[in-house]
Amino acid sequence: MSDAIVTALLELADDHLVLGHRLSEWCGHAPMLEEDLALPSMGLDLIGAARVLYTRAGEIEGKGRGEDDFAYLRDERAYRNCLLVERPNGDFAQTMLRQLYFAAFMEPYWKAALGSSDAVVQGLAAKALKEVAYHIRHSAEWVIRLGDGTAESAARMAEAVVELHGYTDELFLSSEAAQAAEAAGILPGRAALRTAWEAALKPVFAEAQLDWPEKVWPQSGGRKGEHGEALGHMLAEMQVIARAHPGAVW
Amino acid sequence: MYSQGLIGADGRTEEDEAFLAAFQARIDAEEKIEPKDAMPEGYRKTLVRQIGQHAHSEIVGMLPEGNWITRAPSLRRKAALLAKVQDEGGHGLYLYSAAETLGVTREQMTEELLSGKAKYSSIFNYPTLTWADIGTIGWLVDGAAIMNQIPLCRCSYGPYARAMIRVCKEESFHQRQGYEIVMTLARGTEAQKAMAQDALNRWWWPSIMMFGPHDAESAHSEQSMAWKIKRFSNDALRQKFIDATVPQAEFLGLKVPDPDMAWDESLNDGKGGYRHGPIDWDEFWRVVKGGGVMNRDRIKARRKAWDEGAWVREAAQAHAEKRAARRAGEDAGGKVAAE
Ligand SMILES: [Fe+2]
Ligand SMILES: [Fe+2]
Ligand SMILES: [Fe+2]
Repeated sequence: MSDAIVTALLELADDHLVLGHRLSEWCGHAPMLEEDLALPSMGLDLIGAARVLYTRAGEIEGKGRGEDDFAYLRDERAYRNCLLVERPNGDFAQTMLRQLYFAAFMEPYWKAALGSSDAVVQGLAAKALKEVAYHIRHSAEWVIRLGDGTAESAARMAEAVVELHGYTDELFLSSEAAQAAEAAGILPGRAALRTAWEAALKPVFAEAQLDWPEKVWPQSGGRKGEHGEALGHMLAEMQVIARAHPGAVW
Repeated sequence: MYSQGLIGADGRTEEDEAFLAAFQARIDAEEKIEPKDAMPEGYRKTLVRQIGQHAHSEIVGMLPEGNWITRAPSLRRKAALLAKVQDEGGHGLYLYSAAETLGVTREQMTEELLSGKAKYSSIFNYPTLTWADIGTIGWLVDGAAIMNQIPLCRCSYGPYARAMIRVCKEESFHQRQGYEIVMTLARGTEAQKAMAQDALNRWWWPSIMMFGPHDAESAHSEQSMAWKIKRFSNDALRQKFIDATVPQAEFLGLKVPDPDMAWDESLNDGKGGYRHGPIDWDEFWRVVKGGGVMNRDRIKARRKAWDEGAWVREAAQAHAEKRAARRAGEDAGGKVAAE
Protein backbone atom coordinates (compact mmCIF):
# COMPACT_ATOMS: atom_id res chain seq x y z
CA MET A 1 0.00 0.00 0.00
CA SER A 2 2.55 2.61 1.02
CA ASP A 3 4.76 1.38 -1.86
CA ALA A 4 2.01 2.32 -4.27
CA ILE A 5 1.58 5.73 -2.67
CA VAL A 6 5.32 6.36 -2.97
CA THR A 7 5.25 5.33 -6.64
CA ALA A 8 2.25 7.56 -7.35
CA LEU A 9 3.95 10.54 -5.73
CA LEU A 10 7.10 9.85 -7.73
CA GLU A 11 5.10 9.78 -10.98
CA LEU A 12 3.80 13.24 -10.22
CA ALA A 13 7.16 14.50 -8.97
CA ASP A 14 8.95 13.20 -12.07
CA ASP A 15 6.45 14.98 -14.34
CA HIS A 16 7.29 18.24 -12.59
CA LEU A 17 11.05 17.83 -12.43
CA VAL A 18 11.42 16.70 -16.03
CA LEU A 19 9.28 19.52 -17.39
CA GLY A 20 10.96 22.03 -15.07
CA HIS A 21 14.36 20.87 -16.32
CA ARG A 22 13.23 21.20 -19.93
CA LEU A 23 12.14 24.80 -19.31
CA SER A 24 15.43 25.56 -17.58
CA GLU A 25 17.24 24.57 -20.78
CA TRP A 26 15.86 27.75 -22.36
CA CYS A 27 17.36 30.10 -19.79
CA GLY A 28 19.56 32.62 -21.61
CA HIS A 29 18.50 31.40 -25.06
CA ALA A 30 14.88 32.53 -25.31
CA PRO A 31 13.50 34.59 -28.22
CA MET A 32 13.29 37.70 -26.05
CA LEU A 33 14.46 38.86 -22.67
CA GLU A 34 10.94 38.72 -21.20
CA GLU A 35 10.87 34.98 -21.99
CA ASP A 36 14.31 34.54 -20.45
CA LEU A 37 12.51 35.53 -17.26
CA ALA A 38 9.16 33.81 -17.82
CA LEU A 39 10.46 30.34 -18.75
CA PRO A 40 12.70 29.98 -15.67
CA SER A 41 9.89 31.32 -13.55
CA MET A 42 7.61 28.48 -14.66
CA GLY A 43 10.53 26.05 -14.38
CA LEU A 44 11.13 27.14 -10.78
CA ASP A 45 7.48 26.53 -9.89
CA LEU A 46 7.66 23.03 -11.34
CA ILE A 47 10.98 22.12 -9.72
CA GLY A 48 9.65 23.47 -6.43
CA ALA A 49 6.60 21.20 -6.64
CA ALA A 50 8.83 18.23 -7.52
CA ARG A 51 10.96 18.84 -4.43
CA VAL A 52 7.91 18.82 -2.14
CA LEU A 53 6.63 15.60 -3.71
CA TYR A 54 9.99 13.78 -3.60
CA THR A 55 10.46 14.74 0.03
CA ARG A 56 6.97 13.52 0.88
CA ALA A 57 7.54 10.27 -1.03
CA GLY A 58 10.76 9.74 0.96
CA GLU A 59 8.99 10.31 4.26
CA ILE A 60 6.25 7.82 3.43
CA GLU A 61 8.79 5.32 2.12
CA GLY A 62 10.74 5.62 5.37
CA LYS A 63 14.08 4.39 4.02
CA GLY A 64 15.92 7.65 4.42
CA ARG A 65 15.78 8.66 0.75
CA GLY A 66 15.45 12.39 0.10
CA GLU A 67 14.69 14.57 -2.90
CA ASP A 68 18.16 14.29 -4.40
CA ASP A 69 18.28 10.52 -4.07
CA PHE A 70 15.15 10.29 -6.17
CA ALA A 71 16.18 12.96 -8.66
CA TYR A 72 19.83 12.08 -9.16
CA LEU A 73 20.23 8.38 -8.43
CA ARG A 74 17.48 6.76 -10.47
CA ASP A 75 18.06 5.91 -14.11
CA GLU A 76 15.57 6.33 -16.92
CA ARG A 77 13.87 2.96 -16.38
CA ALA A 78 13.05 4.05 -12.84
CA TYR A 79 11.71 7.47 -13.86
CA ARG A 80 7.92 7.45 -13.98
CA ASN A 81 7.09 10.71 -15.80
CA CYS A 82 4.64 10.78 -18.67
CA LEU A 83 6.14 11.06 -22.15
CA LEU A 84 4.77 14.53 -22.88
CA VAL A 85 7.05 16.29 -20.38
CA GLU A 86 10.26 14.65 -21.57
CA ARG A 87 9.77 15.71 -25.20
CA PRO A 88 12.70 17.89 -26.25
CA ASN A 89 11.97 21.61 -26.28
CA GLY A 90 11.80 21.80 -30.07
CA ASP A 91 11.03 25.35 -31.12
CA PHE A 92 9.25 27.95 -29.02
CA ALA A 93 5.86 26.85 -30.42
CA GLN A 94 6.40 23.29 -29.21
CA THR A 95 7.62 24.44 -25.81
CA MET A 96 4.56 26.62 -25.32
CA LEU A 97 2.07 24.03 -26.52
CA ARG A 98 3.62 21.34 -24.30
CA GLN A 99 3.30 23.77 -21.39
CA LEU A 100 -0.31 24.52 -22.17
CA TYR A 101 -1.22 20.84 -22.49
CA PHE A 102 0.38 20.06 -19.14
CA ALA A 103 -0.82 23.13 -17.25
CA ALA A 104 -4.39 22.76 -18.51
CA PHE A 105 -4.33 19.23 -17.13
CA MET A 106 -2.74 20.16 -13.80
CA GLU A 107 -5.23 22.92 -13.08
CA PRO A 108 -8.24 20.63 -12.54
CA TYR A 109 -5.89 18.04 -11.02
CA TRP A 110 -4.65 20.42 -8.31
CA LYS A 111 -8.17 21.68 -7.78
CA ALA A 112 -9.27 18.12 -7.02
CA ALA A 113 -6.15 17.62 -4.87
CA LEU A 114 -7.28 20.42 -2.54
CA GLY A 115 -9.38 17.66 -0.96
CA SER A 116 -6.42 15.31 -0.48
CA SER A 117 -6.25 13.35 2.74
CA ASP A 118 -2.51 14.08 2.80
CA ALA A 119 -1.77 17.49 4.29
CA VAL A 120 1.41 17.94 2.23
CA VAL A 121 -0.37 17.24 -1.04
CA GLN A 122 -3.21 19.51 0.03
CA GLY A 123 -0.83 22.36 0.85
CA LEU A 124 1.05 21.92 -2.39
CA ALA A 125 -2.20 21.90 -4.37
CA ALA A 126 -3.19 25.29 -2.98
CA LYS A 127 0.17 26.80 -3.93
CA ALA A 128 0.43 25.08 -7.31
CA LEU A 129 -3.06 26.14 -8.29
CA LYS A 130 -2.03 29.79 -8.21
CA GLU A 131 1.13 29.05 -10.19
CA VAL A 132 -0.57 26.94 -12.81
CA ALA A 133 -3.10 29.68 -13.53
CA TYR A 134 -0.18 31.83 -14.68
CA HIS A 135 1.32 28.97 -16.69
CA ILE A 136 -1.96 28.51 -18.55
CA ARG A 137 -2.38 32.21 -19.18
CA HIS A 138 1.17 32.64 -20.40
CA SER A 139 1.32 29.59 -22.63
CA ALA A 140 -2.21 30.08 -24.01
CA GLU A 141 -1.37 33.66 -24.96
CA TRP A 142 1.62 32.43 -26.90
CA VAL A 143 -0.27 29.62 -28.59
CA ILE A 144 -2.80 32.21 -29.75
CA ARG A 145 -0.16 34.75 -30.83
CA LEU A 146 1.78 32.16 -32.78
CA GLY A 147 -1.25 30.37 -34.21
CA ASP A 148 -2.72 33.67 -35.37
CA GLY A 149 0.52 35.50 -36.12
CA THR A 150 2.49 35.12 -39.34
CA ALA A 151 2.29 32.32 -41.92
CA GLU A 152 5.50 30.88 -40.51
CA SER A 153 4.39 30.93 -36.90
CA ALA A 154 1.02 29.40 -37.83
CA ALA A 155 2.78 26.57 -39.68
CA ARG A 156 5.08 25.97 -36.71
CA MET A 157 2.17 25.98 -34.29
CA ALA A 158 0.24 23.48 -36.43
CA GLU A 159 3.36 21.32 -36.56
CA ALA A 160 3.63 21.49 -32.76
CA VAL A 161 0.12 20.05 -32.49
CA VAL A 162 1.08 17.17 -34.79
CA GLU A 163 4.24 16.64 -32.78
CA LEU A 164 2.70 16.66 -29.31
CA HIS A 165 -0.98 15.85 -29.30
CA GLY A 166 -0.41 12.10 -29.29
CA TYR A 167 1.33 12.39 -25.93
CA THR A 168 -1.59 14.01 -24.15
CA ASP A 169 -3.64 10.83 -23.78
CA GLU A 170 -1.25 9.49 -21.16
CA LEU A 171 -2.15 12.39 -18.85
CA PHE A 172 -5.54 10.78 -18.31
CA LEU A 173 -4.31 7.26 -17.58
CA SER A 174 -3.89 6.17 -13.96
CA SER A 175 -1.29 3.52 -13.18
CA GLU A 176 -2.12 0.90 -10.55
CA ALA A 177 -0.14 2.98 -8.08
CA ALA A 178 -2.11 6.09 -8.97
CA GLN A 179 -5.35 4.15 -8.56
CA ALA A 180 -4.25 3.08 -5.08
CA ALA A 181 -3.39 6.68 -4.21
CA GLU A 182 -6.82 7.72 -5.49
CA ALA A 183 -8.54 5.03 -3.42
CA ALA A 184 -6.64 6.27 -0.37
CA GLY A 185 -7.86 9.81 -1.07
CA ILE A 186 -4.32 11.10 -1.49
CA LEU A 187 -4.23 11.92 -5.20
CA PRO A 188 -7.11 12.67 -7.59
CA GLY A 189 -8.23 10.40 -10.41
CA ARG A 190 -7.13 11.34 -13.89
CA ALA A 191 -9.69 10.04 -16.38
CA ALA A 192 -12.43 12.37 -15.15
CA LEU A 193 -10.33 15.46 -15.87
CA ARG A 194 -10.52 15.12 -19.65
CA THR A 195 -13.70 17.18 -19.95
CA ALA A 196 -12.21 20.11 -18.05
CA TRP A 197 -8.98 19.86 -20.05
CA GLU A 198 -10.75 19.90 -23.40
CA ALA A 199 -13.02 22.72 -22.26
CA ALA A 200 -9.96 24.81 -21.38
CA LEU A 201 -8.09 24.04 -24.57
CA LYS A 202 -10.69 24.12 -27.33
CA PRO A 203 -11.40 27.87 -27.09
CA VAL A 204 -7.64 28.54 -27.17
CA PHE A 205 -7.31 26.39 -30.28
CA ALA A 206 -10.22 28.22 -31.89
CA GLU A 207 -8.68 31.61 -31.15
CA ALA A 208 -5.32 30.37 -32.39
CA GLN A 209 -7.00 29.13 -35.58
CA LEU A 210 -5.70 25.63 -34.90
CA ASP A 211 -7.65 22.51 -35.79
CA TRP A 212 -8.38 20.20 -32.91
CA PRO A 213 -6.81 16.92 -34.04
CA GLU A 214 -9.36 14.15 -34.38
CA LYS A 215 -7.12 11.25 -35.23
CA VAL A 216 -3.93 10.73 -33.26
CA TRP A 217 -1.91 7.69 -32.23
CA PRO A 218 -1.83 7.89 -28.48
CA GLN A 219 1.57 7.24 -26.92
CA SER A 220 2.15 6.03 -23.38
CA GLY A 221 4.58 3.99 -21.32
CA GLY A 222 6.25 6.55 -19.06
CA ARG A 223 4.49 5.27 -15.94
CA LYS A 224 6.11 1.88 -16.58
CA GLY A 225 9.51 3.43 -17.18
CA GLU A 226 9.18 2.93 -20.93
CA HIS A 227 10.35 6.26 -22.26
CA GLY A 228 11.46 7.77 -25.53
CA GLU A 229 15.15 8.10 -26.24
CA ALA A 230 15.44 11.74 -25.18
CA LEU A 231 14.99 11.20 -21.43
CA GLY A 232 18.20 9.21 -21.00
CA HIS A 233 20.24 12.06 -22.45
CA MET A 234 18.49 14.58 -20.26
CA LEU A 235 19.17 12.52 -17.13
CA ALA A 236 22.78 11.83 -18.14
CA GLU A 237 23.39 15.56 -18.21
CA MET A 238 21.35 16.33 -15.13
CA GLN A 239 22.91 13.63 -12.97
CA VAL A 240 26.53 13.70 -14.11
CA ILE A 241 28.10 15.71 -11.26
CA ALA A 242 26.02 14.18 -8.51
CA ARG A 243 26.89 10.67 -9.72
CA ALA A 244 30.58 11.40 -10.23
CA HIS A 245 30.93 12.22 -6.52
CA PRO A 246 29.02 9.55 -4.59
CA GLY A 247 28.04 10.68 -1.12
CA ALA A 248 29.28 14.25 -1.57
CA VAL A 249 27.26 17.11 -0.13
CA TRP A 250 26.71 20.15 -2.37
CA MET B 1 26.72 41.86 -13.16
CA TYR B 2 29.14 44.69 -13.82
CA SER B 3 29.91 47.09 -16.57
CA GLN B 4 33.53 47.50 -17.51
CA GLY B 5 33.13 51.20 -16.92
CA LEU B 6 34.23 53.75 -19.35
CA ILE B 7 36.55 52.17 -21.82
CA GLY B 8 36.39 54.26 -24.93
CA ALA B 9 33.71 56.53 -23.51
CA ASP B 10 33.71 59.88 -25.19
CA GLY B 11 32.81 62.44 -22.53
CA ARG B 12 33.48 65.53 -24.63
CA THR B 13 30.81 68.20 -24.72
CA GLU B 14 30.24 71.24 -26.92
CA GLU B 15 27.85 73.20 -24.71
CA ASP B 16 28.73 76.74 -23.60
CA GLU B 17 30.42 77.53 -20.30
CA ALA B 18 27.34 78.89 -18.53
CA PHE B 19 25.30 75.80 -19.34
CA LEU B 20 28.04 73.46 -18.19
CA ALA B 21 28.63 75.46 -15.01
CA ALA B 22 24.93 75.41 -14.14
CA PHE B 23 24.80 71.67 -14.76
CA GLN B 24 27.90 71.11 -12.67
CA ALA B 25 26.37 73.17 -9.87
CA ARG B 26 23.36 70.84 -9.79
CA ILE B 27 25.69 67.83 -9.67
CA ASP B 28 27.77 69.41 -6.90
CA ALA B 29 24.59 70.05 -4.91
CA GLU B 30 23.88 66.28 -5.18
CA GLU B 31 20.72 66.92 -7.17
CA LYS B 32 19.55 63.94 -9.19
CA ILE B 33 19.42 64.46 -12.96
CA GLU B 34 16.16 63.14 -14.43
CA PRO B 35 15.33 62.10 -18.03
CA LYS B 36 13.59 65.35 -18.99
CA ASP B 37 16.34 67.60 -17.58
CA ALA B 38 18.76 69.39 -19.87
CA MET B 39 22.13 67.65 -19.78
CA PRO B 40 25.41 67.94 -21.65
CA GLU B 41 25.57 65.62 -24.63
CA GLY B 42 28.77 64.11 -23.24
CA TYR B 43 26.99 63.26 -19.98
CA ARG B 44 24.17 61.59 -21.88
CA LYS B 45 26.53 59.65 -24.16
CA THR B 46 28.70 58.51 -21.27
CA LEU B 47 25.66 57.21 -19.44
CA VAL B 48 24.19 55.50 -22.51
CA ARG B 49 27.45 53.72 -23.02
CA GLN B 50 27.94 52.78 -19.39
CA ILE B 51 24.37 51.67 -18.72
CA GLY B 52 24.30 49.82 -22.05
CA GLN B 53 27.55 48.01 -21.24
CA HIS B 54 26.18 47.17 -17.84
CA ALA B 55 22.93 45.81 -19.31
CA HIS B 56 24.83 43.75 -21.89
CA SER B 57 27.03 42.38 -19.10
CA GLU B 58 23.96 41.14 -17.26
CA ILE B 59 22.64 39.45 -20.40
CA VAL B 60 25.91 37.90 -21.54
CA GLY B 61 26.55 37.02 -17.90
CA MET B 62 23.59 34.65 -18.04
CA LEU B 63 25.57 32.37 -20.35
CA PRO B 64 28.53 31.19 -18.25
CA GLU B 65 26.33 30.39 -15.27
CA GLY B 66 23.50 29.13 -17.44
CA ASN B 67 26.03 26.58 -18.66
CA TRP B 68 25.58 24.74 -15.32
CA ILE B 69 21.83 24.95 -14.72
CA THR B 70 21.18 21.57 -16.30
CA ARG B 71 24.04 19.94 -14.35
CA ALA B 72 23.60 21.50 -10.90
CA PRO B 73 24.33 18.66 -8.45
CA SER B 74 21.28 19.00 -6.18
CA LEU B 75 17.73 20.24 -6.62
CA ARG B 76 18.28 23.01 -4.10
CA ARG B 77 21.32 24.25 -6.05
CA LYS B 78 19.53 23.85 -9.35
CA ALA B 79 16.61 26.01 -8.23
CA ALA B 80 18.93 28.63 -6.70
CA LEU B 81 21.07 28.84 -9.83
CA LEU B 82 18.07 29.06 -12.13
CA ALA B 83 16.69 31.86 -9.97
CA LYS B 84 20.06 33.62 -9.97
CA VAL B 85 20.43 33.55 -13.74
CA GLN B 86 16.86 34.76 -14.02
CA ASP B 87 17.73 37.66 -11.68
CA GLU B 88 20.59 38.63 -14.01
CA GLY B 89 18.11 38.76 -16.90
CA GLY B 90 15.93 40.98 -14.73
CA HIS B 91 18.89 43.29 -14.08
CA GLY B 92 19.42 43.50 -17.83
CA LEU B 93 15.80 44.47 -18.26
CA TYR B 94 15.86 47.29 -15.67
CA LEU B 95 19.11 48.60 -17.07
CA TYR B 96 17.89 48.61 -20.67
CA SER B 97 14.86 50.54 -19.40
CA ALA B 98 17.13 53.02 -17.59
CA ALA B 99 19.16 53.49 -20.80
CA GLU B 100 15.96 53.95 -22.82
CA THR B 101 15.19 57.07 -20.74
CA LEU B 102 18.22 58.60 -22.47
CA GLY B 103 16.79 58.17 -25.95
CA VAL B 104 18.16 54.83 -27.17
CA THR B 105 16.06 51.74 -27.78
CA ARG B 106 16.66 48.22 -26.53
CA GLU B 107 16.76 47.08 -30.17
CA GLN B 108 19.56 49.53 -30.98
CA MET B 109 21.52 48.41 -27.97
CA THR B 110 20.95 44.74 -28.81
CA GLU B 111 22.18 45.30 -32.35
CA GLU B 112 25.32 46.95 -31.01
CA LEU B 113 25.95 43.98 -28.75
CA LEU B 114 25.40 41.44 -31.53
CA SER B 115 27.56 43.33 -34.00
CA GLY B 116 30.40 43.46 -31.47
CA LYS B 117 30.29 47.25 -31.35
CA ALA B 118 29.15 47.44 -27.74
CA LYS B 119 31.31 46.00 -24.99
CA TYR B 120 30.35 43.98 -21.94
CA SER B 121 32.34 42.95 -18.90
CA SER B 122 35.26 40.84 -20.09
CA ILE B 123 34.91 38.50 -17.09
CA PHE B 124 32.18 36.67 -18.99
CA ASN B 125 34.61 35.71 -21.73
CA TYR B 126 36.10 33.08 -19.44
CA PRO B 127 34.59 29.58 -19.46
CA THR B 128 32.84 27.85 -16.55
CA LEU B 129 34.55 24.48 -16.33
CA THR B 130 33.34 22.94 -13.08
CA TRP B 131 30.51 23.29 -10.59
CA ALA B 132 32.93 25.19 -8.31
CA ASP B 133 33.00 27.96 -10.91
CA ILE B 134 29.37 28.67 -10.08
CA GLY B 135 30.18 29.28 -6.42
CA THR B 136 33.31 31.21 -7.27
CA ILE B 137 31.55 33.48 -9.74
CA GLY B 138 28.93 34.32 -7.12
CA TRP B 139 31.58 34.98 -4.51
CA LEU B 140 34.11 36.91 -6.59
CA VAL B 141 32.32 38.23 -9.67
CA ASP B 142 29.09 39.24 -7.96
CA GLY B 143 31.29 40.41 -5.07
CA ALA B 144 33.33 42.67 -7.35
CA ALA B 145 30.12 43.84 -9.00
CA ILE B 146 28.77 44.95 -5.63
CA MET B 147 31.93 46.93 -4.87
CA ASN B 148 31.46 48.74 -8.16
CA GLN B 149 27.74 49.15 -7.94
CA ILE B 150 27.11 50.30 -4.38
CA PRO B 151 28.58 53.72 -5.28
CA LEU B 152 26.38 53.71 -8.41
CA CYS B 153 23.31 53.72 -6.16
CA ARG B 154 24.31 57.38 -5.58
CA CYS B 155 25.04 58.08 -9.25
CA SER B 156 23.88 61.53 -10.34
CA TYR B 157 21.51 60.11 -12.96
CA GLY B 158 18.27 59.25 -11.16
CA PRO B 159 16.98 56.29 -13.20
CA TYR B 160 20.38 54.56 -13.10
CA ALA B 161 20.80 55.17 -9.36
CA ARG B 162 17.33 53.77 -8.66
CA ALA B 163 17.88 50.69 -10.85
CA MET B 164 21.16 50.05 -9.01
CA ILE B 165 19.51 50.07 -5.59
CA ARG B 166 17.31 47.17 -6.61
CA VAL B 167 20.11 45.37 -8.45
CA CYS B 168 22.55 45.69 -5.52
CA LYS B 169 20.17 43.98 -3.12
CA GLU B 170 20.01 40.97 -5.42
CA GLU B 171 23.75 40.98 -6.16
CA SER B 172 24.61 40.81 -2.49
CA PHE B 173 22.28 37.85 -2.13
CA HIS B 174 24.11 36.22 -5.08
CA GLN B 175 27.45 36.92 -3.44
CA ARG B 176 26.45 35.26 -0.16
CA GLN B 177 24.96 32.32 -2.01
CA GLY B 178 28.15 31.89 -4.07
CA TYR B 179 30.33 32.05 -0.99
CA GLU B 180 28.14 29.43 0.65
CA ILE B 181 28.60 27.10 -2.36
CA VAL B 182 32.37 27.51 -2.14
CA MET B 183 32.28 26.96 1.62
CA THR B 184 30.36 23.71 1.15
CA LEU B 185 33.00 22.55 -1.34
CA ALA B 186 35.89 23.66 0.87
CA ARG B 187 34.46 21.56 3.69
CA GLY B 188 33.66 18.64 1.40
CA THR B 189 35.61 15.75 -0.10
CA GLU B 190 39.19 16.10 -1.34
CA ALA B 191 37.89 16.29 -4.89
CA GLN B 192 35.50 19.09 -3.95
CA LYS B 193 38.25 21.03 -2.16
CA ALA B 194 40.50 20.69 -5.20
CA MET B 195 37.65 21.88 -7.40
CA ALA B 196 37.18 24.98 -5.23
CA GLN B 197 40.91 25.84 -5.27
CA ASP B 198 41.10 25.31 -9.02
CA ALA B 199 38.17 27.65 -9.57
CA LEU B 200 39.74 30.33 -7.36
CA ASN B 201 43.00 29.95 -9.31
CA ARG B 202 41.22 30.59 -12.58
CA TRP B 203 38.80 33.37 -11.48
CA TRP B 204 40.97 35.42 -9.13
CA TRP B 205 42.91 37.49 -11.66
CA PRO B 206 40.01 38.09 -14.04
CA SER B 207 37.96 39.27 -11.03
CA ILE B 208 40.70 41.70 -10.00
CA MET B 209 40.75 42.98 -13.58
CA MET B 210 37.02 43.70 -13.43
CA PHE B 211 37.80 47.03 -11.78
CA GLY B 212 39.46 48.20 -14.97
CA PRO B 213 42.90 49.68 -15.68
CA HIS B 214 45.00 51.41 -13.03
CA ASP B 215 43.91 54.99 -12.37
CA ALA B 216 46.95 56.40 -14.16
CA GLU B 217 45.91 54.61 -17.37
CA SER B 218 42.18 55.12 -17.04
CA ALA B 219 41.16 57.70 -19.63
CA HIS B 220 37.82 59.50 -19.14
CA SER B 221 37.67 58.65 -15.43
CA GLU B 222 38.13 62.24 -14.28
CA GLN B 223 35.14 63.68 -16.16
CA SER B 224 32.95 60.82 -14.90
CA MET B 225 34.07 61.52 -11.35
CA ALA B 226 33.24 65.22 -11.75
CA TRP B 227 29.78 64.31 -13.05
CA LYS B 228 29.34 61.86 -10.18
CA ILE B 229 28.64 59.00 -12.53
CA LYS B 230 31.65 57.38 -10.99
CA ARG B 231 32.49 58.04 -7.33
CA PHE B 232 35.59 56.01 -6.58
CA SER B 233 38.64 55.27 -8.67
CA ASN B 234 39.32 51.84 -10.16
CA ASP B 235 42.26 51.22 -7.88
CA ALA B 236 40.40 52.31 -4.73
CA LEU B 237 37.56 49.88 -5.49
CA ARG B 238 39.98 47.09 -6.39
CA GLN B 239 41.79 47.57 -3.09
CA LYS B 240 38.51 47.47 -1.18
CA PHE B 241 37.57 44.23 -2.90
CA ILE B 242 40.92 42.59 -2.21
CA ASP B 243 40.86 43.63 1.44
CA ALA B 244 37.40 42.12 1.84
CA THR B 245 38.11 38.94 -0.11
CA VAL B 246 41.52 37.75 1.03
CA PRO B 247 40.34 37.03 4.61
CA GLN B 248 37.30 35.19 3.18
CA ALA B 249 39.61 32.92 1.19
CA GLU B 250 41.75 32.33 4.27
CA PHE B 251 38.66 31.43 6.27
CA LEU B 252 37.83 28.78 3.66
CA GLY B 253 41.37 27.40 3.72
CA LEU B 254 41.86 28.41 0.08
CA LYS B 255 44.88 30.16 -1.33
CA VAL B 256 44.64 33.30 -3.44
CA PRO B 257 46.89 32.60 -6.46
CA ASP B 258 49.10 35.66 -6.05
CA PRO B 259 52.56 34.84 -4.65
CA ASP B 260 53.19 38.55 -3.99
CA MET B 261 50.05 39.09 -1.95
CA ALA B 262 51.09 40.47 1.44
CA TRP B 263 49.76 42.66 4.23
CA ASP B 264 51.15 46.17 3.91
CA GLU B 265 50.73 48.63 6.80
CA SER B 266 51.21 51.63 4.52
CA LEU B 267 48.11 50.96 2.38
CA ASN B 268 44.72 52.62 2.95
CA ASP B 269 46.21 55.75 4.54
CA GLY B 270 48.16 53.79 7.08
CA LYS B 271 45.27 51.53 8.11
CA GLY B 272 46.90 48.68 6.24
CA GLY B 273 45.72 46.47 3.41
CA TYR B 274 46.71 43.60 1.15
CA ARG B 275 49.23 44.55 -1.52
CA HIS B 276 48.70 42.55 -4.71
CA GLY B 277 51.26 41.47 -7.30
CA PRO B 278 51.41 42.76 -10.88
CA ILE B 279 48.29 42.35 -13.00
CA ASP B 280 48.67 40.94 -16.51
CA TRP B 281 47.22 43.86 -18.41
CA ASP B 282 48.10 42.30 -21.76
CA GLU B 283 45.65 39.54 -20.99
CA PHE B 284 43.06 42.09 -19.87
CA TRP B 285 43.26 44.06 -23.12
CA ARG B 286 43.37 40.92 -25.22
CA VAL B 287 40.08 39.70 -23.68
CA VAL B 288 38.48 43.17 -23.79
CA LYS B 289 39.33 43.43 -27.49
CA GLY B 290 37.79 40.07 -28.33
CA GLY B 291 40.65 37.61 -27.90
CA GLY B 292 39.42 35.69 -24.85
CA VAL B 293 38.58 31.98 -24.98
CA MET B 294 34.85 32.57 -24.98
CA ASN B 295 34.37 35.97 -26.72
CA ARG B 296 33.26 34.47 -30.01
CA ASP B 297 31.09 31.79 -28.41
CA ARG B 298 29.30 34.29 -26.18
CA ILE B 299 28.32 36.55 -29.06
CA LYS B 300 27.43 33.56 -31.22
CA ALA B 301 25.10 32.27 -28.48
CA ARG B 302 23.39 35.66 -28.17
CA ARG B 303 23.07 35.98 -31.93
CA LYS B 304 21.66 32.46 -32.24
CA ALA B 305 18.99 33.15 -29.61
CA TRP B 306 18.15 36.43 -31.33
CA ASP B 307 18.05 35.02 -34.88
CA GLU B 308 16.14 31.89 -33.93
CA GLY B 309 13.67 33.99 -31.98
CA ALA B 310 13.01 36.36 -34.88
CA TRP B 311 9.94 34.46 -36.11
CA VAL B 312 8.49 34.54 -32.58
CA ARG B 313 8.93 38.29 -32.23
CA GLU B 314 7.53 38.85 -35.73
CA ALA B 315 4.51 36.69 -34.94
CA ALA B 316 3.86 38.61 -31.71
CA GLN B 317 4.00 41.86 -33.66
CA ALA B 318 1.75 40.55 -36.44
CA HIS B 319 -0.76 39.24 -33.93
CA ALA B 320 -0.84 42.54 -32.05
CA GLU B 321 -1.49 44.37 -35.32
CA LYS B 322 -4.28 41.97 -36.32
CA ARG B 323 -5.86 42.43 -32.91
CA ALA B 324 -5.66 46.20 -33.10
CA ALA B 325 -7.16 46.14 -36.61
CA ARG B 326 -10.00 43.89 -35.46
CA ARG B 327 -10.68 46.11 -32.48
CA ALA B 328 -10.72 49.19 -34.71
CA GLY B 329 -13.11 47.34 -37.05
CA GLU B 330 -15.39 46.41 -34.18
CA ASP B 331 -15.38 49.98 -32.86
CA ALA B 332 -16.26 51.35 -36.29
CA GLY B 333 -18.95 48.66 -36.67
CA GLY B 334 -20.32 49.50 -33.24
CA LYS B 335 -20.61 53.17 -34.15
CA VAL B 336 -22.42 52.42 -37.38
CA ALA B 337 -24.85 50.15 -35.54
CA ALA B 338 -25.51 52.85 -32.95
CA GLU B 339 -26.26 55.53 -35.51
FE1 LIG C 1 23.28 41.16 -12.06
FE1 LIG D 1 25.53 43.65 -12.32
FE1 LIG E 1 24.40 38.68 -9.79
